[in-house]
Amino acid sequence: MNLTLHVWRQKARNTTGQFVTYKATDVSPDASFLEMLDVVNETLIEKGEEPILFEHDCREGICGSCGMMINGVAHGPIGGTATCQLHMRHFKDGDNIRIEPWRARAFPVIKDLVVDRGSLDRIIQAGGYISVNTGNAPEANMILVPKAVQELSMDAAACIQCGACVAQCPNGAAQLFTSAKVAHLGVLPQGQPERYERVVKMVEVMEEMFGSCTNYGECEAVCPKEISIDFIARMNRDYLVAQFRGPRSTILPPLFNTEEELVTNET
Amino acid sequence: MSWLTNFYRSAVGKKAVMAVTGVFLFGWIFAHMVGNLKLYLGAEHLNEYAKWLRVMGSPAMPNSSLLWLARAALVVATWLHVQAATQLTLMNRAARPIAYGEREYPAATYAARTMRWGGVIIILFVIYHLLHLTLGVHVNPAPFIEGDPYHNVVAGFQIWWVSAFYIIANLALGLHLYHGLWSMFQSLGLNTPKFNAWRRNFATAFAAIITAANISFPLAVMLGFVR
Ligand code: HEM
Ligand code: FES
Repeated sequence: MNLTLHVWRQKARNTTGQFVTYKATDVSPDASFLEMLDVVNETLIEKGEEPILFEHDCREGICGSCGMMINGVAHGPIGGTATCQLHMRHFKDGDNIRIEPWRARAFPVIKDLVVDRGSLDRIIQAGGYISVNTGNAPEANMILVPKAVQELSMDAAACIQCGACVAQCPNGAAQLFTSAKVAHLGVLPQGQPERYERVVKMVEVMEEMFGSCTNYGECEAVCPKEISIDFIARMNRDYLVAQFRGPRSTILPPLFNTEEELVTNET
Repeated sequence: MSWLTNFYRSAVGKKAVMAVTGVFLFGWIFAHMVGNLKLYLGAEHLNEYAKWLRVMGSPAMPNSSLLWLARAALVVATWLHVQAATQLTLMNRAARPIAYGEREYPAATYAARTMRWGGVIIILFVIYHLLHLTLGVHVNPAPFIEGDPYHNVVAGFQIWWVSAFYIIANLALGLHLYHGLWSMFQSLGLNTPKFNAWRRNFATAFAAIITAANISFPLAVMLGFVR
């Protein structure tokens, strides 16, 4: 099939960019979106033009580097996939496709479709870890974790830090990302000692750079890992508990204990 | 108290304040709607109720004291709600200085996307409404009789554009509540598997009830059921 692409081209940070139109001819419906761009780039290189720069690595939806806006939706029209997993069969012959980088103050464009997502790392650095003494690895079965809690933690840990939630959010908020990172540790026993300190620190750094949540639900709709906005509510709750109880938070049980409820629901 | 200022400085904290003040305003607007249903019982009932509002709480408290307490709480809640909304809106605008060339909304509802303009319509309407029916300022040609709210409401709604403004404002309120009454659960972290399905139903039901009942008043007057 033949497509018309309108691609954002920008030489470097702090320069102005613009949309440039390219023809993509004889595109195989079995090609992935990135493979389609590879083919377009080959023709550009043959003509002696600069290829379109986009970020990619694993090409199987696990590294989170390939994000771009496709016709106004992060990672394109199919939910639950990263751009590298999007196939051209979801487009029609003759389609116009607009391709744009993530847009957020916290994600400056480096070149063309590549943005700097380092601000997400800053949120992790603020508290997205647990503190343990190094030494002998403890026996894995010393701390038993109910299956429902493990799964809840894994649902959050599925986040690949691609930035689609920020890109799609009309407010440029990083709530889905941050709440997933808060929750994948915060629901586990190992994450409890720093649970409330963690949420306050991570929210603080997040708010220095990103917008605030209006509960649009756009992030959840485009997340390639289909992470639920339930985690955002959980983060809000932990934040409120931390602020209202102060340093005592850790020694008092939380107001609503969803983990326990999950377990009792299961049994 | 420094934790409180820290808390309100954060956007998550501001959203919690918006949710709490929003619920308070919702509770008030629901009571207001229920009280006004007395319009259908006739002038005596509505005017009697209006008089009662002035003496409620007495003799334990002086006349009108509870009314003024409620008014003060409404002003404070509205102030906080609007201030937080404004500050968060500015924060969000700043977070995306360059707009997309094209964008779609796969999930956001019309109600969610119109919270800000809807809020502005509501506040402008509230000011007009207070001038018209509480203070008796002549913001429209209808005659105003102190102490006879039944007459004032009916005379006001007989003017088509007064009714039209009222209806538009209440549609805006309905949309605001459709998103807001659901959103506040998220903002306050009230999210548990058992309870989640009810949040949407709660918001839809109360938004619909309040809007339908409020809009019925001008319609009833214009259609001549209430005169
Ligand atoms: C009767 C009057 C009002 C009621 C009952 C009401 C109720 C609510 C509720 C329950 C929320 C949800 C809060 C949350 O998501 O946590 C909300 C959000 C909001 N309200 Fe109101 N509101 C009223 C008036 C206003 C006014 C006058 C404005 C602005 C001028 C306004 C602007 C907003 C905005 C912008 C939001 C979304 C905030 C966000 O999600 O970040 N509201 N409102
Ligand atoms: S290239 Fe790794 S997620 Fe797409």
